[in-house]
Amino acid sequence: MTLPRPLLLLVAAIISLSCTPSVSSKPALFPPPEGEGTLVADKAPDAPRADAGGEDFPVPPPPFTEGVFPCSDCHASMETDLTRRELGMHDYIKLEHGPRERWCFDCHNPTDRDKLRLASGALVPFSESYRLCGQCHGDKYRDWRVGVHGKRTGFWNGKKQYLLCAHCHNPHSPHFRPLQPLPPPVAPALIKAKGAE
Amino acid sequence: MEPDPRDDPSESSRRQFLKAVGVAASAGAFLAGCDEATREAFFQKHFKELDKDELAKVIARLEKDYSAKAGKPVTVDTTPAMDGVLFGYALDLSRCIGCRRCVYACVKENNQSRDPQIHWITVLEMKKERGVDIFESDPYYDSKEVPRPGHFYMPVQCQQCQNPPCVKTCPVQATWQEPDGIVVVDYNWCIGCRCCMSACPYGARHFNWADPSVPIDELNPVTHYLGNRPRPRGVVEKCTFCVQRSRHGKYPACVEICPVGARKFGNLLDPASEVREVIGGKRVFILKEELNTRPKFFYFYGV
Repeated sequence: MTLPRPLLLLVAAIISLSCTPSVSSKPALFPPPEGEGTLVADKAPDAPRADAGGEDFPVPPPPFTEGVFPCSDCHASMETDLTRRELGMHDYIKLEHGPRERWCFDCHNPTDRDKLRLASGALVPFSESYRLCGQCHGDKYRDWRVGVHGKRTGFWNGKKQYLLCAHCHNPHSPHFRPLQPLPPPVAPALIKAKGAE
Repeated sequence: MEPDPRDDPSESSRRQFLKAVGVAASAGAFLAGCDEATREAFFQKHFKELDKDELAKVIARLEKDYSAKAGKPVTVDTTPAMDGVLFGYALDLSRCIGCRRCVYACVKENNQSRDPQIHWITVLEMKKERGVDIFESDPYYDSKEVPRPGHFYMPVQCQQCQNPPCVKTCPVQATWQEPDGIVVVDYNWCIGCRCCMSACPYGARHFNWADPSVPIDELNPVTHYLGNRPRPRGVVEKCTFCVQRSRHGKYPACVEICPVGARKFGNLLDPASEVREVIGGKRVFILKEELNTRPKFFYFYGV
């Protein structure tokens, strides 16, 4: 099916108009680092936000490897080396996430180690790591916030318990691990044989 | 020729009298031979015809009976449907890995018989290259790890049809649809004819061929009359969206156990509910749509 030319032009015009970045959506997509003041548009309740800071998602504590948190316990007294290298520590972490260029300080914060760092420079606590993940995985983040992606427990008509992305996906190697299935059902033929014994 | 004694009016009335005596005697013997609880159970009315006092009496009898058998207090709930609620379910086929955690969580929560085995949920393994193809699917897959490459998994349970063929076919109205959309069974009214099982296109109804066996320490004592209370032999049972949980606002057990978060549950009449988000924003289908059963169980692709 081909559209008549005037109609085609109209559609093209609508698309180009709707794609023009508007002032109101820009600050929401790139929120200023904390402490730099908030823009007016940021306060609009319905503005789409890539980073849902301020929204309340009840999540259990982040799934840290035992003994690693707070990171500052060790790192506070250590000098920060910003060069990419093979680490002498944390050797159990195998980074299998995103392009090969990815490395620690894309997500971890070199100065305050107990926080994560967004691309904007804003710091987020580990308990709000979904804001970090949502920077790249915007569609999943959107689904997660409305309860379509990820597991919800609690009450369908009331208080719900969410999980952080990291509870199901190892952030350093996020592919979901295969599981051993529980036993298959007994075939009807076998049920009969058992009753006849 | 001798006159037929049956033509004799006096003879006929004697026969009727003896017949009446026989019936009365056998009924009397039956009722005298069993205790009051059995008598009450025998004459129990249909669940929907019980008034408040009768219902309380029935529940008291059942709770006493179940608690004695279980050796711990068992409660039987009769919470009715909430106003303005129509339950719906959505399952993400792109997430399910076929681990069968839901199957066994359901068995535990809903007191299904362990032997002979009854599962309300069947997980079908299907080939990705064939797509959703029930006839080619395998419910007995037993691989070391799931998901197997090239396969996807489709759990099937009661689809809680809005136009349920099982309800239409029941000759005694022992199964019906509640106002919140859940299709339930009154195990005290079911005669075990299994017409509903043959009418169900999803294989979602299951028959208790023998006395159900549930280990006492594993018996879930929080039960609902129309749901997970202990069943007798010879009745049909099925998924009720965990009526004992969902009518108190909780998610069904299968939703809570799913390790990949593939299962979504909520109120179809609430535009902000998770199921409505799925129906509004994802690619959704219903199983065997062509049969016009109008399931309230939706399969979707979350990717």
